[in-house]
Amino acid sequence: MPDSPPARAATAYDEMLTAAGAPRPHCRAYWEWLRAQPADQIARQREEATLLFHRLGITFAVTGDAEETERLIPFDIVPRILPAAEWAVLERGLRQRTLALNAFIHDVYHDQRILAAGVVPPELILCNPQYRPEMQGIDVPAGIYAHIAGIDVVRAGDGRFCVLEDNLRVPSGVSYMLENRKMMMRLFPELFARQAIAPVEHYPDVLLENLRSVAPAGVSDPVVALLTPGAYNSAYFEHAFLAQQMGIELVEGQDLFVRDDVLYMRTTRGPRRVDVLYRRVDDDFLDPLVFRPDSMLGVPGLLAVCRAGRVTVANAIGTGIADDKSVYPYVPAMVRFYLDEEPVIDNVPTYTLRDPGDLAYALDHLAELVVKEVHGAGGYGMLIGPVATRAELDDFAARIRAAPERYIAQPTLALSTSPTFVEAGVAPRHIDLRPFVLAGKEVTIVPGGLTRVALRPGSLVVNSSQGGGTKDTWVLADGPVAADAAHA
Amino acid sequence: MLSRTADHLYWMSRYIERAEGVARMLDAHVRLALLPRPAEDVLQGWTATLVSLGAEAGYAGRHGRVTPGGALDYLAFDRANPGSIVSCLRLARENARAVRGTITSEMWETLNSTYLESRGIGPDAGVAAAAGFLEWVRQRSHLTRGVTVGTMFRDEAFHFTRIGLFLERADNVSRILEARWRDPGRRGERLGTEASEWSVLLRSLSAFEVYRRVYRTVVTPLRVTELLLMNEDMPRSVHRSLGDLYANLLAVANDRSGETCRQAGSLHASFHFGRFDTLVAGGIPQALDALQARLREIGDGISRDFLVPGVAA
Repeated sequence: MPDSPPARAATAYDEMLTAAGAPRPHCRAYWEWLRAQPADQIARQREEATLLFHRLGITFAVTGDAEETERLIPFDIVPRILPAAEWAVLERGLRQRTLALNAFIHDVYHDQRILAAGVVPPELILCNPQYRPEMQGIDVPAGIYAHIAGIDVVRAGDGRFCVLEDNLRVPSGVSYMLENRKMMMRLFPELFARQAIAPVEHYPDVLLENLRSVAPAGVSDPVVALLTPGAYNSAYFEHAFLAQQMGIELVEGQDLFVRDDVLYMRTTRGPRRVDVLYRRVDDDFLDPLVFRPDSMLGVPGLLAVCRAGRVTVANAIGTGIADDKSVYPYVPAMVRFYLDEEPVIDNVPTYTLRDPGDLAYALDHLAELVVKEVHGAGGYGMLIGPVATRAELDDFAARIRAAPERYIAQPTLALSTSPTFVEAGVAPRHIDLRPFVLAGKEVTIVPGGLTRVALRPGSLVVNSSQGGGTKDTWVLADGPVAADAAHA
Repeated sequence: MLSRTADHLYWMSRYIERAEGVARMLDAHVRLALLPRPAEDVLQGWTATLVSLGAEAGYAGRHGRVTPGGALDYLAFDRANPGSIVSCLRLARENARAVRGTITSEMWETLNSTYLESRGIGPDAGVAAAAGFLEWVRQRSHLTRGVTVGTMFRDEAFHFTRIGLFLERADNVSRILEARWRDPGRRGERLGTEASEWSVLLRSLSAFEVYRRVYRTVVTPLRVTELLLMNEDMPRSVHRSLGDLYANLLAVANDRSGETCRQAGSLHASFHFGRFDTLVAGGIPQALDALQARLREIGDGISRDFLVPGVAA
């Protein structure tokens, strides 16, 4: 292990080390352990992790790459460690945000109070492609639309957390959270014996319980199924993994059919009723009778079954209206409007370019900003001003001028960093955090989440489709850490 | 369980068993190559194997004239041949991947690593390496079967993997026998080697020691055939496979599957209660052909009743 602390980016907050290069108090035990490990042993364990991930087939599919259609997401063995006190704040903020978002979606599809009150501009919602008028007036169990939310949180230069985006449609990544933990426990059991690391293994149980809690009224022993687009979807591993862990059927559109407003799956013993559908297929493809007629991935008639209250679709159809990037700037206002509370976790300051003042500012300061398409996802269609070339800036400026309402801009954040294994040893790399919030009869958050890391030096893009990796995320319980054991 | 899931499980099993079956056929050829035989007999043997696997047209398109090296390459390593061993391993893994939530993680890891390792193996390494590859395929098939029996919950999913396995095995054994019987060569002139050739067949089916225990006498083609078709205790015999097939079909029976179960039971009964000499009275190759036709019919019935039921089902 390197004897001197690795060089760190000047402005970013490092999760493990202070500016002086000393480990933060909650990371001391781990850091000392890491520095005591012989380099060749760590190298062996990193290799072992790669081999195991390959053998387990924990891969994601890459479209448009004929040679290697299944790729590993790089896994970094240095964990991201959060102290209990910080997690408690995050948890409170995430719960609050998820409640407000669900209240907002319910309101949009019912009375639209928030639009009438002028808090959110009506045209922003009613003309949004993510708004599904078909859902207007439909009641969903417990008023919950976003049963599973992946809320991306980053820590800026001053050490404060803020929410970067809310993923409410079909958020993915939780299988990596679980597999990363399993891998760490397999490689480094001694670390788990020495420190009180909050467990995450029960996530599938909590998820199943959550889904069962929102079954249609009157169903006493609900049947839950997971709808996947199929084996060629990039998140297929996760779909299969979760279905297996929950002990529910993994279904494709072709396995389902609707008869007399009831959803059935085809089984070897004839049709079987489905009460809760955990879908990992986008709205557009869910019901060819209502949405895209060419879709082979959905079930004709599914929306009618929802309308009849005979099935719960999770997340509900139309939930995307709350995770649109043009709606994101209004989430703190939603917290105030529905809960009458101040947001515990703030947004990243955001310029909505449909606003002429914001547009003028953004065009003047393009080289300092990150610009995102409001309907984009996965790190595609995005400009990072500080690393863009002149030509890219000009090109993007032209695209913004042509349709300013399609973009938002944010200051380029100095995302916090974490020590990470790279070619040359251990070096700081930028990270984010995606905790998974489950909402049903109550809100539950498994402590931790998926930490994504941008492996390229200086890069701020953590998406797996753009060369990002992942880390295990530890929430440490309060109390004394067996520091002496770290020297054993 | 989902019909589509059952379909994947069934084919996953069939493809692994088929890979093993082809490996056993090729293994017999590799062993036969060690006996002093005229070149003409060797080629006839390979042609008979290609014919019994329904691969002669595909082979001719790729290689033209039959040569031992060409046939071995085509049946073991050719990724363009959907019936080659490497293709079967890939298809088994693809089917497993589609239902990896239903099979145990050990099963998936076994099938996945079999496929990953097979990608690194090619035809260029020579006969000794080919023999090693065939042995490896058998071992991987043993391992897959062991992991399945050792880890899988005994529910419908398990029964469908067994149904695929035993149907495929009965079919494979009948094809191996058919290939030998369609390759009589100049039998009268080479009695000296005939016993050795059939011993090779027994060994490649892991049946040589069994044969000795059952018959305690010289190896003859008729007795070998009788053993592989009729013996109830011999794990790779047709009789045994049909019994296991029938039992597993009964375990998943639904209100559509009566006729398919009846056919499987009736076929099993003809081996269980029938006499060998009656069964093959019309000629052994003809009897084997008829057996394969009935197995095909049962396979179609299984698909219709369980695996791909119509929309209104």
